[in-house]
Amino acid sequence: MTIADQRTDPSAAEAPPTTRGRFRPGGAVREDRYALVGAAAASLALVWILFTRLLPFTGALGFAVCWYGAFLVLYTLVVTHEHGRLAALDRLVSVLVHSAGVLTVTVIAAILGFTVLRGAQAFAHSNFFTQTMSDTGALDPLTSGGVLHAVVGSLIQLGIGVAIAVPLGIATALFLVEVGGRLTRPVRLIVDTMSALPSVLAGLFVLAAFILTFGFQKSGLAAALAIAIMMVPIVTRASEVVLRLVPGGLREAAYALGAGQWQVVWRVVLPTARSGLATGVVLAMARGVGETAPVLLTAGFARGMNADPFSGNMTNLPLYIYTYVKFPQPDMVSRAFGAALVLALVVLVLFTVARLLGGAAPGQMTRRARRRLAKADRAAAQAPVPAPSGDLPLAPDKETSA
Amino acid sequence: MSMAPPVAPGTEPAAQRRRVVTARFAPVDVAFRTAVRGSGVTLLVILGFIGLFLALRGFSALNTAGYHFFGTESWDPEQHDFGIAAVLPGTIAIALTALAVGVPVAVLAALYISEYAAPGMRRALISLVDLMAAIPSILYGLWGVTFLQPRLIGVSRWLSDHASFIPFFRVDTDHADPGSYTSSHFIAGIVVAMMVIPICCSLSREVFSQAPQAEREAAYALGSTRWGMIRTVVLPFGRGGVIGAAMLSLGRALGETIAVVLIISPDFRATLHILEGGGNSISALIALRYADSSDFGLSALMAAGLVLFALTLVINFFAAMIINRSRSGASTEA
Repeated sequence: MTIADQRTDPSAAEAPPTTRGRFRPGGAVREDRYALVGAAAASLALVWILFTRLLPFTGALGFAVCWYGAFLVLYTLVVTHEHGRLAALDRLVSVLVHSAGVLTVTVIAAILGFTVLRGAQAFAHSNFFTQTMSDTGALDPLTSGGVLHAVVGSLIQLGIGVAIAVPLGIATALFLVEVGGRLTRPVRLIVDTMSALPSVLAGLFVLAAFILTFGFQKSGLAAALAIAIMMVPIVTRASEVVLRLVPGGLREAAYALGAGQWQVVWRVVLPTARSGLATGVVLAMARGVGETAPVLLTAGFARGMNADPFSGNMTNLPLYIYTYVKFPQPDMVSRAFGAALVLALVVLVLFTVARLLGGAAPGQMTRRARRRLAKADRAAAQAPVPAPSGDLPLAPDKETSA
Repeated sequence: MSMAPPVAPGTEPAAQRRRVVTARFAPVDVAFRTAVRGSGVTLLVILGFIGLFLALRGFSALNTAGYHFFGTESWDPEQHDFGIAAVLPGTIAIALTALAVGVPVAVLAALYISEYAAPGMRRALISLVDLMAAIPSILYGLWGVTFLQPRLIGVSRWLSDHASFIPFFRVDTDHADPGSYTSSHFIAGIVVAMMVIPICCSLSREVFSQAPQAEREAAYALGSTRWGMIRTVVLPFGRGGVIGAAMLSLGRALGETIAVVLIISPDFRATLHILEGGGNSISALIALRYADSSDFGLSALMAAGLVLFALTLVINFFAAMIINRSRSGASTEA
């Protein structure tokens, strides 16, 4: 164990703790910042010399990687010299951990930013949102053709998928949390494995069963089935988590009042968990709308509008992107990126909705609900005959404190 | 729900004898329980059917090819010359590259979120990582093929020039030609790594944040540095969760389709030189060949899909077991 090591703590004996100001044990002092900035500058200079004078290859990414490596080495050396090995290891890990955080944020920003940058070209033409590709050839400029049919296709398929996946998913979650029994373990295991099922296999399954065996055609419905298979486990897992958070006391109170299990679920458990359930559904929608591989195998590609999910090929956004990005014409690729931007915006909107819905823990009331309750309270207080139980703190507090 | 204290049978007075409580459900409750159990069973059936239909449809191809299916490095079902000896190693190479890059970054990022970040920053980052998981894979693929690939070629080339003593990094094609580094397993793996990060990160963060506060403070009280505390408290506590998260990520990486299809240029050589241009994976093969296949060709694809299904099923099964063991599942009592 390093934490009780005597050697590592020589400074404690030598330097008595200063009492000036507030001492923040986790905070960085000036010397730490100097070490950080100095190491960064020194490594930049070193790598600059290496790159311009000695090493043959150039490239921004390689430069950044080398700079980072040199920075780590120099910084560790500086801190080792100042504070010893233990502190150096701590600082080194701290730097690594911070840079992993920064890297993650950078990746998200790069993906979204790149999509916006490349998609802006198609977005500049309003016909992109009002036309389909039925009269547009590969050589036509961006002033013709659009993404309308793909958006409509995506919405229809997502709608059918939600109609299948949400009841099934929430019912399964209710089974896992409220009913249980011998099947709980296998069902939970199945949900976990299904949630990591490769999406292409969902498409392959629908292709094998629905289209090849039962003889249906490629259609929006087939794609919606594949999307639903991908969405069910997401809905179930999200719902299970929130249903589990519903306080057991609420259930028991309802049972004690003589409610049956169905009444408890319908009138207590589901309303309490409403916002969490909605979050799960919306997140599943965000996943479902972006599924590409299952749709590729089951929907079939169409250039024109098809609003009938039961017959004929039905393009959706991911399929549109996938098909057009492989064209050699730059305008076609611009269309694909435009559709990618539409898809990204749809996902962002769904995601934001999910966040707004899911801000509250189960049973926690929104500001509006609390205002409504307070208004009802005031109304009750002004009523000519005050209800005797109106002032008891128990009834309204019960839910807010849960 | 406390148990009655144990009393020897027959000795208790008649008034205190335990009542036998039989719960009988009202018809509506019975209907509810049946319906809900039915939906659970439906999921079981769906997963069973996925395996069953793939097996049924793939049977004729598997029957024709026999064990050559696992030893043939080409895909020409019309000539009855097909097998997964090239695509299976490709799948695994992409997945392992993704894991080697993605899991360390994800675990470090999870540590950052749970241990280092300020509370406001933490909430924002959790949302951001969730958003990253919600970004469709086709966007990752587009970004990977048009933005990342040109920038990674330099790295590929440097690795093959200076690290080729590691066999994976050897490149037998022309070193000077940038074209021999495009569309490789390595680049596909890096893009898949970006997709694996949010999954692995959010699961790891969850277990890290459950590490008991008292033990953290005990470590600090003994004079530990922050890393010392993480090494002795947080990491041991979260080990199971991190292993499970890595395996779940492996399952996801093995099955990733669209990002791989967009990047890879299909060929059928079994190679472990991940930097060399060209490669394939099972899911990419399915996505590329589903359209031009005859009945027998489709059957061969189904057989390949069945292999992928079995592979991911086994991995996810173990991952789920490990994660469930490391997660406490009691309902909260308020």
